[in-house]
Amino acid sequence: MSGHHGHGHDHHHHDNHFTDMEARVKALETVLTEKGLIDPAAIDAIVETYETKVGPRNGARVVARAWSDPEFADWLKRDATAAIASLGFTGRQGEHMRAVFNTPDTHNLVVCTLCSCYPWSVLGLPPIWYKAPPYRSRAIIDPRGVLAEFGLELPAGKKIRVWDSTAELRYLVVPERPDGTEGFNEEQLADLVTRDSMIGAGVALSPEAAR
Amino acid sequence: MSGYKTSSLEENTDGKPVSTFPRSPLLASAELPKSADGDPVFAEPWQATVFAMTVRLHEQGVFSWGEWAETLSAELYRPGRKADASDYYDCWVAALSRLVTELSIASGRELEALTRSWQRAAEATPHGKPIVIENDPLR
Repeated sequence: MSGHHGHGHDHHHHDNHFTDMEARVKALETVLTEKGLIDPAAIDAIVETYETKVGPRNGARVVARAWSDPEFADWLKRDATAAIASLGFTGRQGEHMRAVFNTPDTHNLVVCTLCSCYPWSVLGLPPIWYKAPPYRSRAIIDPRGVLAEFGLELPAGKKIRVWDSTAELRYLVVPERPDGTEGFNEEQLADLVTRDSMIGAGVALSPEAAR
Repeated sequence: MSGYKTSSLEENTDGKPVSTFPRSPLLASAELPKSADGDPVFAEPWQATVFAMTVRLHEQGVFSWGEWAETLSAELYRPGRKADASDYYDCWVAALSRLVTELSIASGRELEALTRSWQRAAEATPHGKPIVIENDPLR
Protein backbone atom coordinates (compact mmCIF):
# COMPACT_ATOMS: atom_id res chain seq x y z
CA MET A 1 0.00 0.00 0.00
CA SER A 2 1.08 3.52 -0.56
CA GLY A 3 1.29 4.27 3.14
CA HIS A 4 -0.56 7.51 2.64
CA HIS A 5 -4.00 7.33 4.12
CA GLY A 6 -6.19 10.33 4.73
CA HIS A 7 -6.69 10.49 8.46
CA GLY A 8 -8.52 13.80 8.35
CA HIS A 9 -11.10 13.99 11.10
CA ASP A 10 -13.94 15.28 8.97
CA HIS A 11 -12.95 13.05 6.09
CA HIS A 12 -15.72 10.51 5.70
CA HIS A 13 -14.93 9.62 2.16
CA HIS A 14 -14.34 5.95 1.45
CA ASP A 15 -13.33 4.76 -1.96
CA ASN A 16 -14.54 1.27 -1.35
CA HIS A 17 -17.26 -0.42 0.53
CA PHE A 18 -18.56 -3.98 0.67
CA THR A 19 -22.18 -4.63 1.46
CA ASP A 20 -22.92 -7.36 3.98
CA MET A 21 -23.60 -9.85 1.19
CA GLU A 22 -20.50 -8.93 -0.79
CA ALA A 23 -18.39 -9.43 2.32
CA ARG A 24 -20.08 -12.74 3.18
CA VAL A 25 -19.39 -14.07 -0.30
CA LYS A 26 -15.76 -12.95 -0.07
CA ALA A 27 -15.51 -14.71 3.31
CA LEU A 28 -16.84 -17.96 1.83
CA GLU A 29 -14.47 -17.61 -1.10
CA THR A 30 -11.52 -17.11 1.26
CA VAL A 31 -12.33 -20.16 3.39
CA LEU A 32 -13.04 -22.41 0.43
CA THR A 33 -9.88 -21.30 -1.37
CA GLU A 34 -7.74 -21.81 1.75
CA LYS A 35 -9.11 -25.34 2.12
CA GLY A 36 -8.33 -26.04 -1.52
CA LEU A 37 -11.98 -26.65 -2.38
CA ILE A 38 -12.24 -23.96 -5.02
CA ASP A 39 -9.83 -22.14 -7.23
CA PRO A 40 -10.74 -18.48 -7.89
CA ALA A 41 -9.74 -18.88 -11.53
CA ALA A 42 -12.24 -21.72 -11.96
CA ILE A 43 -14.93 -19.57 -10.35
CA ASP A 44 -14.13 -16.69 -12.69
CA ALA A 45 -14.38 -19.06 -15.63
CA ILE A 46 -17.85 -20.19 -14.58
CA VAL A 47 -18.95 -16.59 -14.02
CA GLU A 48 -17.57 -15.57 -17.37
CA THR A 49 -19.69 -18.10 -19.23
CA TYR A 50 -22.70 -16.21 -17.97
CA GLU A 51 -21.50 -12.66 -17.82
CA THR A 52 -22.26 -11.74 -21.41
CA LYS A 53 -25.84 -12.81 -21.11
CA VAL A 54 -26.76 -11.73 -17.62
CA GLY A 55 -27.11 -8.62 -15.61
CA PRO A 56 -28.87 -5.49 -16.65
CA ARG A 57 -27.99 -4.31 -20.12
CA ASN A 58 -29.55 -0.97 -19.40
CA GLY A 59 -26.58 0.86 -20.88
CA ALA A 60 -27.45 -0.44 -24.35
CA ARG A 61 -30.85 1.20 -24.09
CA VAL A 62 -29.28 4.47 -22.99
CA VAL A 63 -26.99 4.42 -26.02
CA ALA A 64 -29.81 3.47 -28.40
CA ARG A 65 -31.90 6.36 -27.09
CA ALA A 66 -29.00 8.77 -27.53
CA TRP A 67 -28.56 7.59 -31.13
CA SER A 68 -32.21 8.11 -31.97
CA ASP A 69 -33.03 11.23 -29.99
CA PRO A 70 -30.68 14.23 -30.34
CA GLU A 71 -32.30 15.99 -27.40
CA PHE A 72 -31.68 13.00 -25.17
CA ALA A 73 -28.10 12.79 -26.47
CA ASP A 74 -27.60 16.41 -25.54
CA TRP A 75 -29.00 15.84 -22.06
CA LEU A 76 -26.81 12.76 -21.67
CA LYS A 77 -23.78 14.85 -22.58
CA ARG A 78 -24.66 17.56 -20.05
CA ASP A 79 -25.99 15.48 -17.17
CA ALA A 80 -25.64 11.76 -17.68
CA THR A 81 -26.75 10.92 -14.16
CA ALA A 82 -30.14 12.56 -14.64
CA ALA A 83 -30.58 11.42 -18.24
CA ILE A 84 -29.88 7.80 -17.31
CA ALA A 85 -32.09 8.03 -14.24
CA SER A 86 -34.93 9.26 -16.46
CA LEU A 87 -34.95 5.82 -18.06
CA GLY A 88 -35.33 4.25 -14.64
CA PHE A 89 -31.75 3.07 -14.19
CA THR A 90 -30.01 4.21 -11.04
CA GLY A 91 -26.95 2.84 -9.40
CA ARG A 92 -27.25 1.10 -6.10
CA GLN A 93 -24.91 3.57 -4.48
CA GLY A 94 -26.26 6.52 -6.41
CA GLU A 95 -23.00 6.95 -8.25
CA HIS A 96 -22.64 9.76 -10.74
CA MET A 97 -22.31 8.85 -14.36
CA ARG A 98 -20.65 10.71 -17.16
CA ALA A 99 -21.20 9.78 -20.79
CA VAL A 100 -18.26 10.17 -23.13
CA PHE A 101 -19.07 10.16 -26.84
CA ASN A 102 -16.93 8.54 -29.48
CA THR A 103 -16.52 10.69 -32.57
CA PRO A 104 -14.74 10.21 -35.89
CA ASP A 105 -11.70 11.88 -34.24
CA THR A 106 -11.75 10.45 -30.76
CA HIS A 107 -12.17 7.03 -29.20
CA ASN A 108 -12.89 6.73 -25.48
CA LEU A 109 -11.72 3.94 -23.23
CA VAL A 110 -12.65 3.43 -19.58
CA VAL A 111 -10.30 1.75 -17.14
CA CYS A 112 -10.69 0.43 -13.65
CA THR A 113 -11.92 -1.29 -11.72
CA LEU A 114 -9.87 -3.33 -9.43
CA CYS A 115 -12.03 -2.10 -6.65
CA SER A 116 -15.75 -1.59 -6.85
CA CYS A 117 -16.21 1.22 -9.35
CA TYR A 118 -17.72 -0.70 -12.23
CA PRO A 119 -21.19 0.64 -13.05
CA TRP A 120 -22.81 -2.80 -13.27
CA SER A 121 -26.28 -1.33 -12.80
CA VAL A 122 -25.85 0.08 -16.29
CA LEU A 123 -23.40 -2.34 -17.89
CA GLY A 124 -24.14 -5.68 -16.28
CA LEU A 125 -21.37 -7.84 -14.85
CA PRO A 126 -17.80 -6.74 -15.47
CA PRO A 127 -15.65 -8.92 -17.72
CA ILE A 128 -12.79 -10.71 -15.96
CA TRP A 129 -10.07 -9.04 -17.98
CA TYR A 130 -11.40 -5.64 -16.96
CA LYS A 131 -10.60 -6.42 -13.35
CA ALA A 132 -7.15 -7.75 -14.18
CA PRO A 133 -4.20 -5.58 -13.11
CA PRO A 134 -2.51 -5.86 -16.54
CA TYR A 135 -5.52 -4.30 -18.26
CA ARG A 136 -5.66 -1.27 -16.03
CA SER A 137 -1.97 -0.46 -16.08
CA ARG A 138 -1.46 -1.21 -19.77
CA ALA A 139 -4.59 0.63 -20.85
CA ILE A 140 -3.16 3.80 -19.36
CA ILE A 141 0.34 3.36 -20.80
CA ASP A 142 -0.53 1.86 -24.18
CA PRO A 143 -4.24 2.12 -24.96
CA ARG A 144 -3.70 1.62 -28.67
CA GLY A 145 -1.85 -1.65 -28.06
CA VAL A 146 -4.50 -2.92 -25.66
CA LEU A 147 -7.28 -2.10 -28.11
CA ALA A 148 -5.40 -3.86 -30.90
CA GLU A 149 -5.38 -6.98 -28.73
CA PHE A 150 -9.12 -6.71 -28.53
CA GLY A 151 -9.15 -6.75 -32.29
CA LEU A 152 -9.80 -3.04 -32.54
CA GLU A 153 -7.31 -1.36 -34.86
CA LEU A 154 -7.89 2.38 -34.73
CA PRO A 155 -6.67 4.68 -37.49
CA ALA A 156 -3.34 6.29 -36.56
CA GLY A 157 -4.88 9.77 -36.57
CA LYS A 158 -7.65 8.88 -34.13
CA LYS A 159 -7.12 10.17 -30.62
CA ILE A 160 -7.71 7.85 -27.68
CA ARG A 161 -8.89 9.30 -24.39
CA VAL A 162 -8.59 7.09 -21.34
CA TRP A 163 -10.95 7.67 -18.44
CA ASP A 164 -10.27 6.33 -14.96
CA SER A 165 -13.45 5.68 -13.02
CA THR A 166 -13.56 6.88 -9.46
CA ALA A 167 -15.83 5.95 -6.61
CA GLU A 168 -17.88 9.08 -7.30
CA LEU A 169 -17.86 9.17 -11.07
CA ARG A 170 -18.25 6.31 -13.49
CA TYR A 171 -18.13 6.47 -17.22
CA LEU A 172 -20.28 5.18 -20.02
CA VAL A 173 -18.84 5.25 -23.53
CA VAL A 174 -21.37 6.12 -26.21
CA PRO A 175 -20.01 4.38 -29.30
CA GLU A 176 -20.53 5.78 -32.78
CA ARG A 177 -23.74 4.71 -34.43
CA PRO A 178 -22.93 2.10 -37.07
CA ASP A 179 -23.57 2.82 -40.73
CA GLY A 180 -26.57 1.24 -42.36
CA THR A 181 -28.84 1.65 -39.36
CA GLU A 182 -31.08 4.40 -40.70
CA GLY A 183 -34.65 3.57 -39.84
CA PHE A 184 -33.72 1.22 -37.00
CA ASN A 185 -35.87 1.53 -33.91
CA GLU A 186 -34.38 1.78 -30.43
CA GLU A 187 -34.75 -1.90 -29.75
CA GLN A 188 -32.93 -2.87 -32.94
CA LEU A 189 -30.23 -0.32 -32.17
CA ALA A 190 -29.79 -1.60 -28.61
CA ASP A 191 -28.96 -5.05 -30.01
CA LEU A 192 -25.90 -3.53 -31.68
CA VAL A 193 -24.52 -2.09 -28.45
CA THR A 194 -22.16 -4.57 -26.84
CA ARG A 195 -20.88 -4.30 -23.32
CA ASP A 196 -17.35 -3.93 -24.63
CA SER A 197 -18.40 -1.01 -26.82
CA MET A 198 -19.73 0.79 -23.74
CA ILE A 199 -16.35 0.59 -22.01
CA GLY A 200 -14.53 1.42 -25.22
CA ALA A 201 -12.88 -1.96 -25.66
CA GLY A 202 -14.88 -2.44 -28.84
CA VAL A 203 -17.21 -0.62 -31.18
CA ALA A 204 -20.90 -1.17 -31.78
CA LEU A 205 -21.76 -4.12 -34.02
CA SER A 206 -22.63 -3.52 -37.63
CA PRO A 207 -26.12 -4.66 -38.63
CA GLU A 208 -24.50 -7.53 -40.57
CA ALA A 209 -22.45 -8.68 -37.57
CA ALA A 210 -25.48 -8.62 -35.31
CA ARG A 211 -27.57 -10.77 -37.58
CA MET B 1 0.00 -12.61 -24.76
CA SER B 2 -0.92 -11.24 -21.39
CA GLY B 3 -3.05 -13.02 -18.84
CA TYR B 4 -6.38 -11.44 -19.47
CA LYS B 5 -8.91 -12.41 -22.06
CA THR B 6 -7.98 -10.72 -25.25
CA SER B 7 -10.87 -10.97 -27.58
CA SER B 8 -14.49 -10.24 -27.21
CA LEU B 9 -15.03 -10.94 -30.86
CA GLU B 10 -15.03 -14.68 -30.49
CA GLU B 11 -18.04 -14.33 -28.23
CA ASN B 12 -19.83 -12.36 -30.81
CA THR B 13 -19.15 -13.92 -34.18
CA ASP B 14 -22.83 -14.52 -34.67
CA GLY B 15 -23.90 -11.60 -32.56
CA LYS B 16 -24.74 -13.89 -29.69
CA PRO B 17 -22.51 -14.97 -26.85
CA VAL B 18 -21.61 -18.63 -26.83
CA SER B 19 -21.73 -20.73 -23.71
CA THR B 20 -19.53 -23.75 -23.33
CA PHE B 21 -20.28 -24.34 -19.69
CA PRO B 22 -21.89 -27.74 -19.04
CA ARG B 23 -25.32 -27.55 -17.52
CA SER B 24 -25.04 -27.90 -13.79
CA PRO B 25 -27.78 -29.76 -11.91
CA LEU B 26 -27.86 -26.72 -9.64
CA LEU B 27 -29.69 -24.90 -12.42
CA ALA B 28 -32.67 -26.89 -11.15
CA SER B 29 -32.45 -25.20 -7.75
CA ALA B 30 -35.83 -24.11 -6.44
CA GLU B 31 -37.00 -20.66 -7.56
CA LEU B 32 -33.69 -19.88 -9.32
CA PRO B 33 -34.21 -16.66 -11.32
CA LYS B 34 -33.65 -17.48 -15.00
CA SER B 35 -33.71 -15.76 -18.34
CA ALA B 36 -35.97 -16.85 -21.19
CA ASP B 37 -33.07 -19.06 -22.36
CA GLY B 38 -32.95 -20.88 -19.03
CA ASP B 39 -29.73 -19.24 -17.88
CA PRO B 40 -29.41 -17.94 -14.35
CA VAL B 41 -29.87 -14.20 -13.99
CA PHE B 42 -27.92 -12.19 -11.49
CA ALA B 43 -28.70 -8.72 -10.26
CA GLU B 44 -25.26 -8.13 -8.75
CA PRO B 45 -21.79 -9.57 -9.32
CA TRP B 46 -21.56 -11.29 -5.91
CA GLN B 47 -24.62 -13.35 -6.83
CA ALA B 48 -22.80 -14.79 -9.82
CA THR B 49 -19.79 -15.56 -7.62
CA VAL B 50 -21.75 -17.43 -4.98
CA PHE B 51 -23.65 -19.32 -7.66
CA ALA B 52 -20.40 -20.33 -9.36
CA MET B 53 -18.80 -21.41 -6.08
CA THR B 54 -21.76 -23.62 -5.27
CA VAL B 55 -21.70 -25.17 -8.75
CA ARG B 56 -17.99 -25.92 -8.33
CA LEU B 57 -18.35 -27.46 -4.86
CA HIS B 58 -21.15 -29.67 -6.06
CA GLU B 59 -19.12 -30.72 -9.12
CA GLN B 60 -16.35 -31.81 -6.79
CA GLY B 61 -18.69 -33.84 -4.63
CA VAL B 62 -18.35 -31.67 -1.53
CA PHE B 63 -22.09 -32.07 -1.10
CA SER B 64 -24.82 -33.91 -2.96
CA TRP B 65 -27.69 -32.43 -4.91
CA GLY B 66 -30.07 -33.62 -2.20
CA GLU B 67 -28.11 -31.93 0.57
CA TRP B 68 -28.01 -28.69 -1.40
CA ALA B 69 -31.69 -28.73 -2.34
CA GLU B 70 -32.73 -29.38 1.25
CA THR B 71 -30.51 -26.67 2.74
CA LEU B 72 -31.53 -24.07 0.18
CA SER B 73 -35.18 -24.83 0.58
CA ALA B 74 -34.94 -24.47 4.37
CA GLU B 75 -33.63 -20.94 3.81
CA LEU B 76 -36.18 -20.12 1.13
CA TYR B 77 -39.08 -21.12 3.37
CA ARG B 78 -37.82 -19.25 6.39
CA PRO B 79 -40.38 -16.68 7.57
CA GLY B 80 -39.71 -13.06 6.76
CA ARG B 81 -38.75 -13.48 3.12
CA LYS B 82 -39.27 -10.44 0.91
CA ALA B 83 -42.46 -10.53 -1.13
CA ASP B 84 -40.63 -9.65 -4.36
CA ALA B 85 -38.04 -12.42 -3.77
CA SER B 86 -35.22 -9.90 -4.21
CA ASP B 87 -33.52 -11.66 -1.30
CA TYR B 88 -33.24 -14.94 -3.21
CA TYR B 89 -29.44 -14.88 -3.31
CA ASP B 90 -29.29 -13.81 0.34
CA CYS B 91 -30.93 -17.18 1.02
CA TRP B 92 -28.43 -18.83 -1.28
CA VAL B 93 -25.53 -17.32 0.71
CA ALA B 94 -27.15 -18.44 3.98
CA ALA B 95 -27.60 -21.97 2.62
CA LEU B 96 -24.03 -22.26 1.41
CA SER B 97 -22.73 -20.83 4.70
CA ARG B 98 -24.79 -23.40 6.58
CA LEU B 99 -23.44 -26.29 4.52
CA VAL B 100 -19.91 -25.03 4.99
CA THR B 101 -20.34 -25.06 8.77
CA GLU B 102 -22.27 -28.35 8.88
CA LEU B 103 -19.55 -30.03 6.84
CA SER B 104 -16.99 -28.57 9.28
CA ILE B 105 -15.18 -26.73 6.52
CA ALA B 106 -15.30 -23.61 8.68
CA SER B 107 -17.08 -22.53 11.84
CA GLY B 108 -19.77 -19.90 11.87
CA ARG B 109 -17.48 -17.71 13.97
CA GLU B 110 -14.71 -18.04 11.45
CA LEU B 111 -17.04 -16.95 8.64
CA GLU B 112 -18.30 -14.00 10.67
CA ALA B 113 -14.77 -12.87 11.48
CA LEU B 114 -13.74 -13.11 7.83
CA THR B 115 -16.82 -11.17 6.75
CA ARG B 116 -15.93 -8.28 9.07
CA SER B 117 -12.34 -8.50 7.98
CA TRP B 118 -13.30 -8.11 4.31
CA GLN B 119 -15.47 -5.13 5.15
CA ARG B 120 -12.63 -3.39 6.96
CA ALA B 121 -10.28 -4.30 4.12
CA ALA B 122 -12.61 -2.72 1.56
CA GLU B 123 -12.90 0.50 3.55
CA ALA B 124 -9.13 0.67 3.92
CA THR B 125 -8.38 0.14 0.23
CA PRO B 126 -7.82 3.26 -1.84
CA HIS B 127 -9.40 3.63 -5.23
CA GLY B 128 -7.66 1.79 -8.04
CA LYS B 129 -5.98 -0.77 -5.79
CA PRO B 130 -7.25 -4.32 -5.58
CA ILE B 131 -9.23 -5.04 -2.43
CA VAL B 132 -7.31 -7.79 -0.68
CA ILE B 133 -7.98 -9.10 2.79
CA GLU B 134 -4.45 -8.17 3.89
CA ASN B 135 -5.64 -4.54 3.75
CA ASP B 136 -7.72 -5.15 6.88
CA PRO B 137 -5.93 -2.98 9.45
CA LEU B 138 -6.89 -5.38 12.26
CA ARG B 139 -5.58 -8.46 10.53
